[in-house]
Parts: sequence; structure tokens; C-alpha cells
Amino acid sequence: MHRRGVGAGAIAKKKLAEAKYKERGTVLAEDQIVQMSKQLETFKSNLEEFASKHKQEIRKSSQFRVQFQEMCATIGVDPLASSKGFWSEMLGVGDFYYELGVQIIEVCLALKHRNGGLITLDELHHRVLKGRGKFAQDVSQDDLVRAIKKLKAMGNGFGMIPVGGSYLVQSVPAELNMDHTVVLQLAEKKGYISVGEIRESLKWETERACHVLDHLLKEGLAWLDSQASGEPQYWLPALFSELTSCDVTPDEANQMTP
Amino acid sequence: MDRFTWSNGLLEMNETLVIQQRGVKLYDGDDKAKLDVGIAMLSTHQLLWRDMKNHECCIAIPLSQIVYFEEQAAGIGKSAKIVIHLHPTLANKEPGPYQQSKFSYIKLSFKEHGQIEFYRRLTEELNQKRWECTPVSQPIPTATSSQTGRKRAVGIVGIERKLEERRKETDKNISEAFEDLSKLMVKAKEMVELSRSIANKIKDKQGDITEDETIRFKSYLLSMGIANPVTRETHGSGTNYHLQLAKQLGDMLLAPLEERGGMMALTEVYCLVNRARGMELLSPEDLVTACKMFESLKLPLRLCIFDSGVMVVQLQSHSEEEMIASALDNVTEKGSLTAEEFAKLLGLSVLLCKERLFLAEKMGHLCRDDSVEGLRFYPNLFTSHAS
Repeated sequence: MHRRGVGAGAIAKKKLAEAKYKERGTVLAEDQIVQMSKQLETFKSNLEEFASKHKQEIRKSSQFRVQFQEMCATIGVDPLASSKGFWSEMLGVGDFYYELGVQIIEVCLALKHRNGGLITLDELHHRVLKGRGKFAQDVSQDDLVRAIKKLKAMGNGFGMIPVGGSYLVQSVPAELNMDHTVVLQLAEKKGYISVGEIRESLKWETERACHVLDHLLKEGLAWLDSQASGEPQYWLPALFSELTSCDVTPDEANQMTP
Repeated sequence: MDRFTWSNGLLEMNETLVIQQRGVKLYDGDDKAKLDVGIAMLSTHQLLWRDMKNHECCIAIPLSQIVYFEEQAAGIGKSAKIVIHLHPTLANKEPGPYQQSKFSYIKLSFKEHGQIEFYRRLTEELNQKRWECTPVSQPIPTATSSQTGRKRAVGIVGIERKLEERRKETDKNISEAFEDLSKLMVKAKEMVELSRSIANKIKDKQGDITEDETIRFKSYLLSMGIANPVTRETHGSGTNYHLQLAKQLGDMLLAPLEERGGMMALTEVYCLVNRARGMELLSPEDLVTACKMFESLKLPLRLCIFDSGVMVVQLQSHSEEEMIASALDNVTEKGSLTAEEFAKLLGLSVLLCKERLFLAEKMGHLCRDDSVEGLRFYPNLFTSHAS
């Protein structure tokens, strides 16, 4: 009775087959890299043709940019990963977003002394547009969001917290966990919050509410108004809207704090 | 260059000069034009150029002839340029410096810089198309009564019609652009799938692809913007581009780092470098990848990541011990310090001073006093007085 597939002979044959398969597999991968190189050249010239016809579209139309970005995301391509990427080089998308990144960093830095490193997307948008001047290309909030996502690569610091339908942009590495975020969202309606309001809306114990508010205070994200009628109120400068028209320089801010 | 006509350089009644720039050399396509360096002038209606030495020599081209234009960054020994693509010559074109040319584009080479502003203004003018709204005769005030190519916008109706046409044109352009974009994305998707297949094969058969091929593959991924799925590193995580970049940064950042006490947050570096570049900016990821290569290239800089996640570029000469010692000295001298006070003392950013205090605390030299008034650091008397 012959048993198939066992014995030294069978093992040797199996090893030979594996080796051959492996060899074939290697050749296939090498072939594929050559194939990719060719396809890349074709793609590059297709992209050049596209650029020659539509490059202005990307610069002019934020609607077009959104579509473009979403299509890229769908197929698994990041057009902003490197300035050496085709997309950046030929369509100029890179420069647009990287420059926006610089402007965002500068705005956040300039206002940090006042809002502790937290700013609404609206205010950021408003200030970036102001800084760019009358004749610059239009910048949408979607553009800002994408630029901020790219900035995250440079270490903790930049993040986005969803509040009340929009976002708060965080530009400092303050640790904000779920509790902090929820309180920020609660405070968004009026620009301030108190321990009592947290207890009522979120059903937390006083201890937990105080812990969160103290942290925000420490990080410079909240200011305490202990003279408010009733209980003390914790105000968030990031959510002030009246103050956007009245700017305070870092020196003035230093003079004002006791 | 055969699209230009001789001009006397005078502007029409409704025409205004927008910007002018000295030190501009013209190129016919890729070849240097047989003209010297001159002054480039942009008006609301035309692009003009005048020879700096010989003022009689002046040429012009209507802005309506421009299809599109783009920047060409400076290189070693090469000035920055603006490449301008032009429509075919009009039938009734007046004579100019070139009878014919095999190129349908020209270049302006900015030997004395000014390309950024010129580019910006050119963009503005081509967006606004002010020459359409203000009727003006051909640039050469010779007897040219027949202007077959030009549609005069007369009166408000004319202007409204022009705006409507432009709106329709824009919409048409955008939908055409979307169509073309979709076709492009289909091809891009094929590339993504191919690269995934290759990456899987590489993962399975460790060591069967040569290093050269892996490097090439990585550069293909970079060009397409596909995330690198190959975790095995050969020459660090970067390509040759990042290597060069790292060396450039190594040079460029030495002085700024010295000025800032040997340390800069990566976001600061990003702004500094990109503001200096003006064009062809770096992506944040490029910067991080390049900085990670400092150590392997034996450059005197390091990329450090603090516990908080903050990334900084640091001069190697400014060691950790120095920073901790300086923190301890300053705190001891003042009795106690907050990050803000420390920052004011040293003239550095609050963020980095905070990190120094944290570091000194980690090493056991400082103690913190954490209250709602802020975070304050004191010398650690527990260790220094323990006997």
C-alpha cells in the first residue's frame, strides 16, 4: 500500500515546488515594480495634461478642492503627503495647503496668550482670511481643516474638538480627554459654564465637575469669574465673540493679570 | 516670442500700470531670447518689456493672449521664472521682435527677484480681466481700424453679458475639470492597487527584492502619495529627496537655533523654512522625515520628542544636562519659577521652557506646586537636603 505525500522523496519534492513557487513569486514582484514604473510615467503625463487644462480650477475653486481631496481619499492617495509628490508638483495643491498651514500656526501663536491655545474654527477662518489680504485666493473652512490635519504630523499640539456644529481648534499639547471635551461643548452655548450647570446637564458629581474646570483653568483655557451672581462662572476666551474686534497684545495681557 | 509686437511703451487712457520689475530676461520657450536684460511691466491690458539699456526697444503682448502661466522655482545658478503659455498668434498681429517661433510659451527670468509679487499681480489681472470692461484700441496706435478679433464691451448690458459668459465658462470649465478628474482618479486607483500587491509580495518574501528596488518602490509611493506599507526600513524611512533636505536643514537651522537657545519647536521650524522658501514649500511630513535623518547623517542637530508629544529640533551641543542644569540654577536663584516666568527670563517660548522644567523634574531636581494659580517649580529639597 503506497501512502502518498509522505517519505523523504515527498518532502524533497515539496521543497522543490516551494522553491520554484518562491522564485516565480520573486520574479512577479520584480516585474510588477517595472510595470509600476511604466504606469507611473503614463500617469505623470496624464496628470500634466490635466494640470495644463485645470490647474487654475484648483486654485480658484474651493468646491473643486473638496471634490479633489475626497476622490483622493477614496482611492487611498494623500496628495499632500510630500511636496515631491506629483499632485503637489504639478497641480500646486501642496503649496496652497502648506502655506495655509504656516498662516494657521502664526494666527494660533499670536492669540495663545489670550485663549490658551484654543480657538473656534470660525475665528481662525476669519483671521486667516484677514491676514491673506483682499486679493488672495479664497480659503474655505474645509481647506483649513485639511491643512490642520497635515500639521498634526509635527507632534502633538494641533487637534480639532467638535462643538456645537463646528470645531474648536487646539494648538497646544494640553491634554483634553472626553470629560473636558464634553464640558467645552456644554459651554459653547453661552461662552461660560458653572459647576451647577454641569451637575444639572451631565448629572456628574461636584468632584468630577470641579476637576475638569480646574484643569481648564490651569491650562489657561478658562478664566474664573468669582464675582458672578450665584456661583462662580468659568469663561472660555476661545468662545468669546465680542472680543474678536478688540485685540489685546501679549504685553497688555500680562499687565492685566494680577 | 513671436506673439510679441513692437510697442512705444505708452499706456492707453483706461489702462493702468500694475507692477514693474527690473532685471527680467526673456526666454523663447526654453531658449534665451536674443534680447538683453530688461524691465517687465504689467498693465491692466498688456504685458510689456523694455530693454534697460536701450529704451527704444520695447515690446508688448495683450493679456488676452495668455492661456495660463506657472512658477518655475529657482535652482543653483538659475533664477526663478514665470512660464507663460500663449494662444496662437492673431491673424492681424503687428510686427515684433520674432517672426516665428516653434514655442507657444515664453519665460520671464527674474534675475533680481520680484517673481512672487509679479506672479500675484499677474494672477489678479488675469482673474479680473479688466481689459474686457474698458474698451481700448490695440497697443500699437497705428492705423488699425479693423479689429476683427475683439468684442467691445459697451455699456452695462455689455458688461452683464460678459459676466454671464464668464460664469457659464467657469461652470463649463469646472464640470469639464470634474470629468477629467474622474478619469484621472480611475488611473490613480489602478496604481494604488498595484502598489498594494507589490507591498504584499515584499512583506511575504523578506530579502528577495533588492535594496535598490525597494528604494525605487518607495520613491514611486512618494510620488503618488500612497502611504508606505513596507515596515522594513533600509535607508531610514526617507528617500534621497529627504536626505538632501536634511542636509539643507542642517545648514539653514544652525543660526536660528543658536539665537533661540539651541531648541526650536518643529512648528516654528516649519514656518521659518517655508517662509524663506516662498515657493515649493515643504509638507509637514517631509519636514519630520528629514529631521529623523539628522542622526544617521551625523549632522549636529537632533529631532527630539518630549513626553507630551511636542517635537523639537535641538542643537546637539545643547545637551540635556546643560538644560537641566540651567533650569535648576534659574529656579534656585529665583526661589521658584513658572514656565511663563522662565520664558521671560530666557527669552524663549513658553512651550519649550515648560519642557525644560518637566525634564528637570523628571530627573528629580525640581518639585512642582500644582494649583489653580498655575504650575510652579521649586528646587527639590527632599533630595538635596537628604543626608
